[in-house]
Amino acid sequence: MTEKEKISTSQFNESNGFTLFVSLINGLGEANSIQEKIRLLTDYFTSAPDADKTWTIGLFTGRKLKRMAKTSLLAAWVSELKNFPTWLFEESYHQVGDLAETVALLLPQEEYGHKKGDLADYLRLLKALEKATDEEKKESILDCWKGMNETEKFVFNKLITGGFRIGVSSQLVIQSLAKLISEEPAVLAHRLSGDWDPAEINFDQLVKGKGNSDNLSQPYPFFLAHGLADTISALGAPSDWVAEWKWDGIRGQVIKRNNEWFVWSRGEELITDKFPEFDDWKSQLPDGLVLDGEILAMKDGKPLPFAILQTRIGRIKISQKLRTEVPVHFMAFDLLEYEGADWRGNELHERRNKLKEIISKIGHHSLLLSTDILFSDWEELAAHRLISREHGSEGLMLKRKVSAYQAGRKSGDWWKWKTDPLTIDAVLIYAQKGHGRRSNLYTDYTFALRDGEKLVSFAKAYSGLTDKELIAIDAFVKKNAVEKFGPVRTVKPELVFEIAFEGISESKRHKSGIAVRFPRISKWRTDKKLEDINTLDDLKDLLRTNIHH
Amino acid sequence: MLISFTDKGLFCEQGNFYIDPWKPVESAVITHAHSDHARSGHKNYFCHHQSKSLLRSRLGENEYQSVNWGEPVTRNGVRVSLHPAGHIIGSAQVRIEYKGEVWVISGDYKTTNDGISGEFEPLKCHTFITESTFGLPVYQWKPQEMIYNEMRDWVLRNQSQGISSVFHAYSLGKSQRIIDALRGFEGKIFVHGAIWQIQQALLSDGWKFPDTPRMSAEIPSDIRKGSIFISPAPIEQTTVAKLIGPYLSAGCSGWMQVRGNRRRGSTDKAFVLSDHADWNGLLSAVKETGAEKVFVTHGFQSVFSRYLNENGISAGEVKTHFGEEEE
Ligand SMILES: [Zn+2]
Ligand SMILES: [Zn+2]
Repeated sequence: MTEKEKISTSQFNESNGFTLFVSLINGLGEANSIQEKIRLLTDYFTSAPDADKTWTIGLFTGRKLKRMAKTSLLAAWVSELKNFPTWLFEESYHQVGDLAETVALLLPQEEYGHKKGDLADYLRLLKALEKATDEEKKESILDCWKGMNETEKFVFNKLITGGFRIGVSSQLVIQSLAKLISEEPAVLAHRLSGDWDPAEINFDQLVKGKGNSDNLSQPYPFFLAHGLADTISALGAPSDWVAEWKWDGIRGQVIKRNNEWFVWSRGEELITDKFPEFDDWKSQLPDGLVLDGEILAMKDGKPLPFAILQTRIGRIKISQKLRTEVPVHFMAFDLLEYEGADWRGNELHERRNKLKEIISKIGHHSLLLSTDILFSDWEELAAHRLISREHGSEGLMLKRKVSAYQAGRKSGDWWKWKTDPLTIDAVLIYAQKGHGRRSNLYTDYTFALRDGEKLVSFAKAYSGLTDKELIAIDAFVKKNAVEKFGPVRTVKPELVFEIAFEGISESKRHKSGIAVRFPRISKWRTDKKLEDINTLDDLKDLLRTNIHH
Repeated sequence: MLISFTDKGLFCEQGNFYIDPWKPVESAVITHAHSDHARSGHKNYFCHHQSKSLLRSRLGENEYQSVNWGEPVTRNGVRVSLHPAGHIIGSAQVRIEYKGEVWVISGDYKTTNDGISGEFEPLKCHTFITESTFGLPVYQWKPQEMIYNEMRDWVLRNQSQGISSVFHAYSLGKSQRIIDALRGFEGKIFVHGAIWQIQQALLSDGWKFPDTPRMSAEIPSDIRKGSIFISPAPIEQTTVAKLIGPYLSAGCSGWMQVRGNRRRGSTDKAFVLSDHADWNGLLSAVKETGAEKVFVTHGFQSVFSRYLNENGISAGEVKTHFGEEEE
């Protein structure tokens, strides 16, 4: 690296861009609600320098940075700075479990009043370091650290170790930004997708877009079903209804307009690039077409668990290996646009007939039609529902034959009839000793769901496990207590359980905002990990769909 | 050795007494009133004046003998004295001298002065037995005033939105510091029964703490709203939760230094507030004793003793039953 290419903090203009970015990251980590997160994002996008905003959007929508420094290099620098042996660094890393954080915690805490710059300044500096020698990197990064407090060092270290993860979805970023610039979220999402370099593009170009190809990509608002509230017979004549399996995948719309191709998730996220499988048949579809369906991972004709599909969604690059391991299919169940015309007002049976025709013409194994389940009375259908799991489905969907495709969650025409509607996977966070026979065992548990990066407790449960399981959990609690409050142990959140309950309602008294009735442990999910548990939003979904229970 | 490590605890054979024993003994010298150091069932308790009523409120009536800071007693030729450890109210280091040989047992300690727990007194000795709860260099504490400011700011922000603030804190030690940090919010601070009991013992000993009642339905609702509640256990689904209205919770502990612990702690907010010495505090304490030999008890024993050994201080690990309760 020549002297000319070198960037040092002395060249920065004294500016607070990086500090703003750090408080945003910090705030998002501590925020308790979606509203709070949106407020933080909006504040940030109102006050941050333009160049920083493009970088932030880039980082928040999944752009990865090159890893600047290996663990061993960082360990050596820190140990030298602190004048202690590297084994002490390793012990610390082992304890903390996060490289960027370990380094931030070990570095001297005093603040030097050293010059700080914008986020863009630091990223420019890091870019220039890509071709630098280890010695040059050391000089430059030590110089950056000097001006920073612990939190700033932590965020900066995340940038140089390439492992940046924020507790906020790209969707939320798009939502806040869209509101700020008064633009449709779907349109903005489209602009922010695709290939752009934060170092090259300016903020206005990025968010205002250049062409007007925006509308082409627009999906229709999804029609969402409520959980069946009443007994099934209350739906009236069975002959008025169509039944299908309810699949546990990603609800999505595929769009072909002007021979351009878009795939949207229900969360209004553009996920076109994630499914190269669809390239096999998208060209054969007629133009001016929008299909609604479920994106499913399937092998040998059977759907794979959602968790497996999820592993694919997180990846930026879809390798051939991943495609073989998790082959993705589109299970179409509705036709929303045909030959450029909006078909949503047509009756369901008409839409489905046309859909059948389109799909059978193509005949590709990864483009499927969701089949009708034949039944003559409700008892017969109920019997089908009981064996849903054998089909890899989580229950039934019931749709009125004459229904239009409506927008949003509407009652009356579409119903979910899940096999076991009121269960949720949660993680054990608190344990307390039981009474009587169990007074020496930790048998009273509190369970939590995920809410962004956090865990929120939502239910206590005592019963449902065998003595053998209780003993195993008791041993786990004793070994993994993190905090102790009187008789209550906070345990490492690791054990996942399926919690079943009878009813669900809103509650101001509960931290989760929701109270469940008669919670019990229905299964110890040893096959699941902390990452697999349900979210507070899932519980809220259950609340919405089971409001009559 | 003046002190031997037995299955009942640290034992001084010459003076025939134990220090913080974990099984019932005749004669126990108690460093401080935390339950992992002060257990029930001993015949005779020896402690500092400030620990006496705390021990009595926790362990009931027993034979207690208490002394002042530095006031020596002699047991069969062994001179025993207690010196401030700065950990919690009444917490002491135990200095033992016999025929010119000096041992110091630190108990739990912190080297910075929190304003209520006494100022840690460095003591010269030949052998030092130290705790090592936070014996890892990632544990570096910020100045107390900075943390107290963060706590006050958090309460104020909550109050401005009509939200109550719940602190999860161990009833002896951390709770008193929180009450101390929140001077200025008098009248708005309420405590759990376990903490209330300890406050009563302290107040009757002449400590000047603001009045912190228990929470009840008799308290006007406009005072309950946006109030502060200190509790050793999560209050979810308790009557208190109903009484104080919407609230956010905070944990206060040295473990909160690490982000993973903050997340797992499942409180809304975390403050890095510790009653133990941080890495630098432990190191400076060891150095100031000038000890030739150091024994490391509860915490990061192996890390801390290895580091001392590599830096020319002969150190060994001792397995104890301490460290099962606080922080
Ligand atoms: Zn203690
Ligand atoms: Zn202790």
